[in-house]
Amino acid sequence: MQRILKIIIVETDPSRAALIEESLAHAGQYELLTITDMSRLTAAIADHNPDIILIDLDNPSRDSLEELRLASAPLERPVALFVDQSDANLTKLAIEAGVSAYVVDGLRADRLKPIIDAAVARFTMFRQMRNELATTKRALEERKVIDRAKGLLMKARGIDEQAAYDLLRRAAMDQGRKVYDVAEALVTTAGLLS
Amino acid sequence: MTAKLPVAFLPLIDAAPLIVAVELGFDRDEGFALDLRRAHSWSSLRDMVSFGQVTAAQMLAPMPVATALGLVGTGAALASVAVLSTNGEVIGVSNAMARRIRDTGYSFGAGFGDARAAGQALIAAADGPLRIGVPFPFSMHAELLYHWLTALGLPAPAAVDIRTVPPPLMASALAAGELDAFCVGEPWGSMAVETNAGALLLPGSAIWPGAPEKVLGVRADLADASPEPLRAMIRALWRAGEWLSDPQSRTTACAFLSRRNYVDVPAEMIDRALSGHLTLTSRGDSRIVPDFVGFAQSTPQQDHAAWIAGRLAARLGLDRATARQAAIATWRTDLHDTALRAIPGYSPRPDAMTHSFDGQEFSPFLQE
Repeated sequence: MQRILKIIIVETDPSRAALIEESLAHAGQYELLTITDMSRLTAAIADHNPDIILIDLDNPSRDSLEELRLASAPLERPVALFVDQSDANLTKLAIEAGVSAYVVDGLRADRLKPIIDAAVARFTMFRQMRNELATTKRALEERKVIDRAKGLLMKARGIDEQAAYDLLRRAAMDQGRKVYDVAEALVTTAGLLS
Repeated sequence: MTAKLPVAFLPLIDAAPLIVAVELGFDRDEGFALDLRRAHSWSSLRDMVSFGQVTAAQMLAPMPVATALGLVGTGAALASVAVLSTNGEVIGVSNAMARRIRDTGYSFGAGFGDARAAGQALIAAADGPLRIGVPFPFSMHAELLYHWLTALGLPAPAAVDIRTVPPPLMASALAAGELDAFCVGEPWGSMAVETNAGALLLPGSAIWPGAPEKVLGVRADLADASPEPLRAMIRALWRAGEWLSDPQSRTTACAFLSRRNYVDVPAEMIDRALSGHLTLTSRGDSRIVPDFVGFAQSTPQQDHAAWIAGRLAARLGLDRATARQAAIATWRTDLHDTALRAIPGYSPRPDAMTHSFDGQEFSPFLQE
């Protein structure tokens, strides 16, 4: 019977951490721990002496994990970013999904694979959600600017909303630019003139 | 269609050559387009290079060396093909430590720039092992700090508590009482003063002027297999460095860097480092530091790589001669020179890393 692996999830957002824990629980039987406080991160990790550490690639505190590789590090067993030459693809997938896994020396790749797979699936979802959110936000912002530009045109030229929008669209087509870019230029210029 | 070359950077003022090359079109003049990607940590930036998500990245000078020594990273060998900046680090202390330092009779305004006086005051004010934050275990911030404190009688890192803290979080770690001091790149030192989290004690340039700080790092196999796009990039960045070295460029450079997709802090905060006119304390003490940060020493000097390797090896118990050899191979002076010789009238600038504050002459071999 193999020893149950201890996994630490470093994640500041508790709801995200819960989702990661949930997907790992489906992947197998592990001892799961989440660290949300980034101050004294290495000391907290040393206290728990984990086999695997999972951390968001975009988490700036990731750099302190690099200390764990040093001889003077507060951890008994050296930890390194997981790279297995036989399966470098797995690490590449993980990095593309936005998760990095630090693993103790000598842990076999076959024990690791289900964990990385589960983490990659979860982080890919996070990334998609983040991208969708960003796209929605941007669309909203662009909409606001276009509305302001329309308002400016309606006031300055005494035309209705549809005519203002047609004017913007025609200008954009003539200049080979996006309607938003023309609208933004108009709003910025108007700001200078007023 | 021009080739797009993705390059990663961190929000720091010494990403300036990359940002300027894009904003002034030095990249397109060389027939390619820089596609800058902001990273959140040195380790993720390094992984982006190792796994081919970016062609190159702004790196801490010791990173390719530490990778060659097997101390960090994923095993993909890295190469330094240009020096992006020299110095530009700053050492700051918490408000509590600043009070104790003043109690020793030290004046922040008068002492700034005097590495010996500032260091002695810091050591005298410590009540226990100093807790000092650095952005990465393998950084010039760490190397300069260790040289400085050790030369003044406090063996570092042995007798200090060194912690890795991401630069944008340095001020809050200081304010929360987790650190007594830090050594960080701008604008994050000035941001600590601005948010009333601490005071600036010493510029890195006062410890060892001319020390290489950031390099352009690439995968070593890329440097060998397709050097041509890299040469174009080296030339574009050299032009950006020349432009940045002209004081007349400063206001424009600050406006570029302050943008949301780059460093994302007010232009005035960036101006402090680029002008060398630093505000040291929340009381308004200020000081002008000539050559606080440099952008004109772009040739990677292999002696510098050997120096870094010798220090890392001595500290971590590795064979020094082997370490030096491995390190020298990562700094590609040859590639850099062939790239710049294509520029009419180009002549390399002499190495500026000559003497440290304590009079030690630069040598790739450590004093035993």
